[in-house]
Amino acid sequence: MIRFILAIIRRDLLLVARQPAEMINPLVFFVLVVALFPLGVSPEASLLSQTAAGVIWVAAMLATLLSLELLFKLDHDDGSLEQLLLAPYPSWTLVLAKVFVHWLVSGLPLILISPLIAMMLFLPSEAVPTLMLSLLLGTPTLSLLGAIGAALVTGVRGGGMLLTLLILPLYVPVIIFGASSVAAASQGMPVDGYMALLSAMFVFALMITPWAAGSALKL
Amino acid sequence: MSSLPPVNSPLLSISDLACERDSRVLYQSLNITIEAGDLWHVKGRNGAGKTTFLRQLAGLHPVDEGEISLLNNNARVIYIGHKLGLKEQLTADENLTWLAGLNGSSTQQQRYIALERVGLRGYEESVVAQLSAGQKRRVALARLHLCKADIWLLDEPFTSIDQQGIADEQAWLNKHTLAGGAVLMTSHQDITLAQVKVLDLSHWALQCSTNKHGDII
Repeated sequence: MIRFILAIIRRDLLLVARQPAEMINPLVFFVLVVALFPLGVSPEASLLSQTAAGVIWVAAMLATLLSLELLFKLDHDDGSLEQLLLAPYPSWTLVLAKVFVHWLVSGLPLILISPLIAMMLFLPSEAVPTLMLSLLLGTPTLSLLGAIGAALVTGVRGGGMLLTLLILPLYVPVIIFGASSVAAASQGMPVDGYMALLSAMFVFALMITPWAAGSALKL
Repeated sequence: MSSLPPVNSPLLSISDLACERDSRVLYQSLNITIEAGDLWHVKGRNGAGKTTFLRQLAGLHPVDEGEISLLNNNARVIYIGHKLGLKEQLTADENLTWLAGLNGSSTQQQRYIALERVGLRGYEESVVAQLSAGQKRRVALARLHLCKADIWLLDEPFTSIDQQGIADEQAWLNKHTLAGGAVLMTSHQDITLAQVKVLDLSHWALQCSTNKHGDII
């Protein structure tokens, strides 16, 4: 089973390596949204540092959502999803492997670039570790929850809009606690409670989504 | 191939199988037993349900009515459908690596031999996007030589393959069935092998359609 998961991860990473645009796309989107925000609102440092947490989190969520539609769709269209489902392993292993690669490609780069983004938006430097930690807990949750929607709309023509509608309500709590944790940290308040909640959401998503998305893929 | 069961031992039993699509009954009360050494040629006009039938056998399409049971729990099945399951950006060898990895593992030497058998020697490191339609299908069919499976479910395996290729494929089908494997395949071409049995889905089709309450429309 481990070998099966590793085989999918290796294949998907190889595919990303052949088409690096796919990897850079969510990252470029993330940076663009955050970079354009001060131009549209106000470049004033006091205002930006107040709104930075929310802007970064919303941009991260939209970047994740952007890349989710193709999570299973490409495999469905070329028939490789059929072959993966026929393999003698439970379908949740397949979901877990695909979600892991999705996070590695679309979530991890966001976390790595977030200190730079935080500086751009005048986020107080003491809040930066909290920002990174909250993204580290939050982005895999977003990828996992999104997998349920992606699995459900696989094979539906133009499922992108449907996916957004299905998934956004599930994303709301993650965004609220993710952004509030960063806001609290920039005011020097403790963030343990937010982190505990974000961790709980991550564990919950990790438990429920591979199973739910795996069942949805078989429909 | 020594692990394959003796010829004529039953592998798969299909009883009272039915298929309904868009409230149209494609076939019903379909009863057959697939034995080791069988080569079934599934026939029917376009839209008769040939692909759906193979997908039901593979476990990719839900079975609402009837039963499909594997009589030998160790029997392994390979399904190669219309969509070949190949990644265009990967090379032929890389594609075979992950496809074979679904059921076990393979060495590079084994994969190269499999590709040579389907006539793709020298194309091992070619990106699949650059191969022709027939060559792509050959890459997918190379799995048959790589993974030892008892039952082959092949949906239109002759499509876009040249005449020499079709003759070669029939030779593999012959070898596989003589060794105790079973094949179910759809094709609009005739299969020239002696052991071929024909399963014409139109025999199990209703002459007139009925709605959900059983009324004849």
